[in-house]
Amino acid sequence: MVNRTETTRAPAPPEAAAVTSGATALRSTGAGIGPARAGSPSAFDVVGAVVDPELPVVTLAELGIVREVAETDDGVVVTITPTYSGCPAMETIRDDIVRAVDGAGLGRAHVRTVLAPAWTTDWISESGRAKLAAAGIAPPGAAPRRGAGPVPLVLGVRQEPVACPQCGHAESERLAAFSATACRELRRCLACREPFEHVKEI
Amino acid sequence: MSFDDAYDALTDHDDDARWAYGTGFSDPLAGVPTAVPDGVDPADLAAYCLMLGDDALVMSHRLQQWVTRAPELEDEMALANIGLDLLGQARLLLSRAGEVEQAGIEQAGFENAGGPARDEDALAYLRDPADFRNVRLAERADEDFAHLVARLLVFATWRLALLDRLTSSRDPVLAAIGAKGVKEATYHREYAAGWVVRLGDGTDLSHTRMRAAVDAVEPPAGELFEPHEVELRLAAAGVAVDPSALREEYDGVLAEVHRVATLPPPPPFEAATVGAGRDGVHGPELVEILNEMQELARAVPGGVW
Repeated sequence: MVNRTETTRAPAPPEAAAVTSGATALRSTGAGIGPARAGSPSAFDVVGAVVDPELPVVTLAELGIVREVAETDDGVVVTITPTYSGCPAMETIRDDIVRAVDGAGLGRAHVRTVLAPAWTTDWISESGRAKLAAAGIAPPGAAPRRGAGPVPLVLGVRQEPVACPQCGHAESERLAAFSATACRELRRCLACREPFEHVKEI
Repeated sequence: MSFDDAYDALTDHDDDARWAYGTGFSDPLAGVPTAVPDGVDPADLAAYCLMLGDDALVMSHRLQQWVTRAPELEDEMALANIGLDLLGQARLLLSRAGEVEQAGIEQAGFENAGGPARDEDALAYLRDPADFRNVRLAERADEDFAHLVARLLVFATWRLALLDRLTSSRDPVLAAIGAKGVKEATYHREYAAGWVVRLGDGTDLSHTRMRAAVDAVEPPAGELFEPHEVELRLAAAGVAVDPSALREEYDGVLAEVHRVATLPPPPPFEAATVGAGRDGVHGPELVEILNEMQELARAVPGGVW
C-alpha cells in the first residue's frame, strides 16, 4: 500500500509587525484548504467545525487553536495549541475532535499538542469575533506587543476602551479581571449599565 | 435520563467524555518533541523542571485554599483562575521532568530499569515532602488576605521575570512553557499589585495591615534569588535562568508598587535562616499541603474513578 499523507497547515502565526492580520489570514486560508473530496468535507473542515466546549458559539477553527490536520493511513493527526496552560477544556476538545473525525467516517484521530508559538487572541477569526459579540461577549482587541526588556507593570485600570456588545456604547468599566473562565474578564457598560464578558487580549 | 436522582440526571451516560475531572487525563505534552538538548545532563534538567513545576503546583494549592474564603466572589474567581494557570504550568513541567528523567535512565544504559517514566500524577501525588523542590515562599500559609496578595506579588513578579527569560532557553519545551506562562503571569502580577495598591492606599486600617503583610512576606524572599548549583550549571548551558539575574527587575517592580501603594520602600532581605526548599528542606506547611493534596491518591493507590 502506498503511504499517503495529506497535510493541511493552518497559516503561520502573524509577524510581530502585523498586529491584526493573524485572524484575517486564518479565515481566508481556512476556507480554501484541505484535500478536495467530492461530496465530503475535508478533515480540516471537520475538525475546524468542532465547537469550543466553553464558548460554544465559536468553532475551533474560528478560535485559532487548530494548527495542523494531516490525513495519513494511520488516521487523522490533529495538532492543536492550548489557549491557557491550565485550560480544562483541552481534554474535552480532544475528545470532541476524536468523535467528530470518527463520526465523519474519516477514521481514528490522533490529537497532538504544540506549545510554540503560544496561542494569541489575535488568531480568533473575524467570524469568530462577530459570533462572540452576537452572544454578548465582547471580542478581544489587538494583543499587546512589547519590545525588548521587562514586561511593563500596569497599575490601575487598563485604558483600552471595550465597546458594549449589547448597546454598542464605546466605553465600559472593568468589574473583575477574571470571569467564568481564565480567558474572560467581567465589565459593565457605562451607558446601558449591563454587565458583560470580554475576552482578554493575550 | 432520570430526574429522580440529581447526580444521575447530571451524568449523561452516553457522554462520559465530557466530564473533565477524575483520572485518565491525557498527557499535556502529547506530541511535543521530547529530546534533551545536546550537552545537558538529563538529571539536571529533570531537577530543574521539578523546581519550577513544584513552585507552581504548591502555590496553586495554596491559592485554591482561598476559594470560598476570599472577601468577594470576584476574588475567588480570580484566585481560582490564577491557581488554574499555575496548575497547568505545573502539569507541563512535571510531565517534562518525568520524560527527561526517563531519558536519563535510558541514556545511562538502564533500559526499563525504573519501569515506565513517572508521569505528572506520580510526581504530584506520590513524592514525599523532602523530594519537593519548591521555594519555601510557595508553601507559606497566609494569615490574612493582605498576606496573600503580598505573597502573590512577590511570587508573580519573580516568576514573570523568570519565565520571560526562559523563552530563550535552549530547551524548546522550557522556552515554550515560558512564552505561554509570561502571558498568564502578567495578569497574576497585575492582580496582586492592584490589591497591594488598593489596600496600601486605602483606609488607615487597610494600610496598617498591608504594611504588616509586606513586612512579614518580603524579607524572607531572598531565597528566590539564591541560585542552586543545578540552576547555575543549566544557566551556563543556556537552558535555565540564573535567578540572581532577576533581582534588578524584581526590585524595580516592588519599589514602584510600594510607592503607588504609599507603603515605605521594600524592606531588605533577611539572611537565610531556614533550609533551602530547592534542596528539599521544607517546613510543616508543605507537609500540611501534601497531606491534603495526596490523601486520596495514597489511600487508593492506582485508583481510578
